[in-house]
Amino acid sequence: MTNSIIEIEGLEVIFIIGSNTKETHPVIANRMIKAFRKGAKIIVADPRKVPMVRFSEVFMNLRPGTDVALINGIAHVILKEGLHDKKFIEERTEFFDEWTKSLEKFTPDAVSQITGVPAENIIKAAKLYGGSRKAGIFYTMGITQHTHGTDNVNTIANLALLTGNIGRKHTGINPLRGQNNVQGACDAGCLPNVYPGYQRVDMPTVKEKFEKAWGVPLSAKEGLKATEMIGEAHKGKIKALYIMGENPILTDANANHTKEALGKLDFLVVQDIFLTETAALADVVLPATCFAEKDGTFINTERKVQLVRKAVEPPGEAKNDMWIIAEISGRIGYPMNYSSPEEVFDELGSLWSALSGISYGRIRANGLHWPCPTKDHPGTEFLYKAGFPRGKVSFTCVDYLPPAEVTDKDYPFILTTGRNLFQYHSGSMTRRVAPIEAHAGKAYMEISAEDTNMLGIKDGEAITVKSRRGEIRINARISSRVSKGVLFIPMHYGEAAANMLTSDALDPYAKTPEFKVCAVKIEK
Amino acid sequence: MIKLTINGKTIEVAEGTTVLDAAKMLNIEIPTLCHHPKLTPFGGCRLCIVEVKGVPRPLTSCTTPVSEGMEVTTSTPALEGLRKTVLELILSDHPNDCMVCEKAGDCTLQELAYFYGIRENRFGGERRIYGKKDGNPFIERDMEKCILCGRCVKVCDEVQGVGAIDFAYRGFKSKICPTFEKDLDCEFCGQCVAVCPTGALTGKMWQLRGRQKDIKEIDTTCSYCGTGCNLTLHVRQNEVVRVTSKEDTWNEGWLCVKGRFGYSFINSPDRLKKPLIKRNGKFEEASWNEALDYISAKLREIKEKHGPDSIAGLSSARCTNEENYLFQKFMRTGIGTNNVDHCARL
Repeated sequence: MTNSIIEIEGLEVIFIIGSNTKETHPVIANRMIKAFRKGAKIIVADPRKVPMVRFSEVFMNLRPGTDVALINGIAHVILKEGLHDKKFIEERTEFFDEWTKSLEKFTPDAVSQITGVPAENIIKAAKLYGGSRKAGIFYTMGITQHTHGTDNVNTIANLALLTGNIGRKHTGINPLRGQNNVQGACDAGCLPNVYPGYQRVDMPTVKEKFEKAWGVPLSAKEGLKATEMIGEAHKGKIKALYIMGENPILTDANANHTKEALGKLDFLVVQDIFLTETAALADVVLPATCFAEKDGTFINTERKVQLVRKAVEPPGEAKNDMWIIAEISGRIGYPMNYSSPEEVFDELGSLWSALSGISYGRIRANGLHWPCPTKDHPGTEFLYKAGFPRGKVSFTCVDYLPPAEVTDKDYPFILTTGRNLFQYHSGSMTRRVAPIEAHAGKAYMEISAEDTNMLGIKDGEAITVKSRRGEIRINARISSRVSKGVLFIPMHYGEAAANMLTSDALDPYAKTPEFKVCAVKIEK
Repeated sequence: MIKLTINGKTIEVAEGTTVLDAAKMLNIEIPTLCHHPKLTPFGGCRLCIVEVKGVPRPLTSCTTPVSEGMEVTTSTPALEGLRKTVLELILSDHPNDCMVCEKAGDCTLQELAYFYGIRENRFGGERRIYGKKDGNPFIERDMEKCILCGRCVKVCDEVQGVGAIDFAYRGFKSKICPTFEKDLDCEFCGQCVAVCPTGALTGKMWQLRGRQKDIKEIDTTCSYCGTGCNLTLHVRQNEVVRVTSKEDTWNEGWLCVKGRFGYSFINSPDRLKKPLIKRNGKFEEASWNEALDYISAKLREIKEKHGPDSIAGLSSARCTNEENYLFQKFMRTGIGTNNVDHCARL
C-alpha cells in the first residue's frame, strides 16, 4: 500500500476493485465501514456481488477479465468531465498527451459493451473518484491474477496519477496483500531478480555490495520465478527443489501439471508444519514451527514491521526455520552463525536503508512503516510525499485484450476463484481448526439461479466441472453473488481443488497465472 | 474549548466531549457496563450517573456532553446508593454461578459486584430462563447472563456492518437475538464476544480451557492475511487456549473469525514432529542429523552434477522476515543460484 490502513478512515471515496475485502481482509473492511459511517462513498467493481457491495454507492459488476476496459473508461470520463488534476499532471507526470489519445476509444458505451457494466455506472464512478482528492484505490488478486495483471495495475496507476490521488495522506494505490508476510518475504529478498530491498542481482555494483556483505561470489544471472520453476522442473531442467512453508499443489494453477512437475524432480525437500499435499510428494520432510512458536517480525500490507513473539514450545522435535536453514547451509559449506532473530533482522537492515532505522526495541509496542532510514525516523505512513524517486512518472498506454481463455461452445462458463471468509489459502491451517471445518468444511461452487434452472441443477447437488486441464466433483451452491455464466470456486478445498481447473497462462511480466478467468463446462 | 470542573478539578476539553470522557482525562473513574469507548453511547445501564450542579436529577455521564462552567460530582452517597441499587437489579436476574463461569476473573459485572459489596440481593422474584440451543461452533451464547447492555448489538452494526442481532421483545422479556430467534449465522468475527462485559458471550472452544488467572498473555501479530492485526495469545500449560486483541492497538481490538477462533491448528495432532525420509515410497522417521546430512549430500551432488541453477528454492510468505532473509541468503550463497521465490504471484 502506498498509504496506511488507519488513513482509510479519512477517505472521501473508497474504490474497491477486484477485492472481496469483507472476507479476505475483514479488519481492513472494518476500517472502510468506519469511513462509510463518517460519510465516505464506496465504489465496488467486481465480477461477484461481494459483501462490500452493501455499502457501495456504485457497484460495477464487470465480466471477469475486463478490468483494463473498465478503468480506461473511468479515466476517459474523468478527462471528459475535466476532473483531472492538471497541476499534478504537469509537475509530476509525463506522456500524458499520448496516453489521453489512447483513451479516446474507451467511451462509456464502448466500455459498457466489453464489461457489461451500464454506462451510467461508469460515469457515476468516474465522477465520484475523479471528484475527490481524498480517494483511495484498493485491490487484490482480482486485479493481478490475470494474463493482463500488470496491465490492470498500470491502469490503476494511471487513474491515481490522473487525479493526483497519490503522495498525500488519505489517498493512494493500495494493494491489500493476502498473506501475513508476503510483503516481508519480498522485502527480505525472496525474489529471483533482486536481493533484499529490491536491489537488482544483475547490477554489478549491487552484486559487489552483497558479495562483500556475504563473503562469497554471487550469481549475476536472474533466477526463475515460482511459476517458471514448476515449468522448468517439468522439462527436467530443475533437479532439486527446497520448499519452505508453501503448498504449490493446491495453490498453483493447473494442479495436474504441478504434480507432474514435482514428480520429475530428483530431489524435493519440504519444510512445513503439516504433511501438506506438496509435502506428501517430498523425499525429505522437515518439521518446522508456526508463528506462535518463534520470535521474529512480519511486515504487513501497509509496509509496517511488527513483532512476532514466541508463546509456546514447538511440538515434538519440530525446529524453527532459522535453525534448519543454518544447519543445512553449514553442512553445504556456508556456515551461518546467528544468536537470535534480532541479529538477522539487523543484518537485513544493514543492507537495505528502508529498514535501517528499525530495531526490535523500537517496535516493541507499535510497528513502524518502512522506509525508516534512521534510528530517529518516525517511519513513513504514506509514500511519495516528497515526489517520486525517479522524478516524473509516466502514464502507461494500455489497450484492452481479452483473457487467455474465453468461453466457447464446449466450455461455456467462466470460472473465477478466490478465498472465502472462513478458510485460508490452501487450508493447511484452517482445515485443521474444528469449528471452522464444522462451519465451512465443504467445498462448493457458486452458480446463479438462472444457470441452475437452465441446467436443471438443484441447490447442493453434486456436479462435475471440467476445464481443458482437469475436472472435479463439487456441490453447486445457488448464489446471487455470481451473474449468469460466471462460476466461483474457493481455492481451499483439496478434495475439489479449484486449481485442477485453472489456467496456467501467465502474465508476461509478473508470471502470475490467470486464476481469475478460465473456461469450464458443467456435467451432472 | 469548554471549561468545566469535575469533583472540584478544572479541565478544558473540546466541544462535544462527554462528561464520562472528560472524567477519564482527569483519571476519575466512573463505573460503566454498557459504555464502550469504540461504540456510540447508549445510556442503558445507568451506572455512570453523575450529579451536575443546577440539575435536579442525576445524569448519565456517557450521554451528557460537557457545557461551559459545568460543575460535576461523580461520587456521593446518594449516587453510590443508586448505583448499588442498579447493580442489585441487574444481579437479581443473573445466574449466581461465578464459580463455574468462564468469565470469572475477567468479568466487569463481577468486578462491580465486588466493589459494591453485593453479597445478598434485596430483589427476588421472577428470572428469565433461556435454553441454550445455538448450534454454531464458534460463539457460546448464555443469554441468562445477558444484562442487555447492547454492546454486542452496537458492535455488530457499527463496526462490523452486519447487524446479525438486535433487541427483541419489550420490558422484562427483552432479549438480544438473531432474526426470528434463529441460530446465530453471521461472520463470526467474535467482536460481540470481545465487548461483552459478562459471561453471556464466550468462545465455544474456550470452555473449560482455563480462566484468566492461570493464563499467560503474549502479544504478537496474526499469521493469516496481510492486514497484520495485533493478537494476544492466551497460553496455559504450553497451549494457546484463547486469542484476543487489545483495544489500544491500531486494529482497535477487532479481529476476524480466523484470527480470533482459528488458532487450534497450532496444537493439532497432525503437526509434524520428526523429520521424515521417504524410502521405497514410504515416509520413515529420521533423526535431525540423518535428515540434514542426507539433504546436504543430495544438494551438493546435484549442484556438482548439474550446476547451481538446477536447484531452486521456494520460500514462504507465512514465515518471518528473518527466516526469509536466511532462506534467500542460503540459496544465493550456499547453493549459488538466484532461483528463489515465494507465493507473492499466487
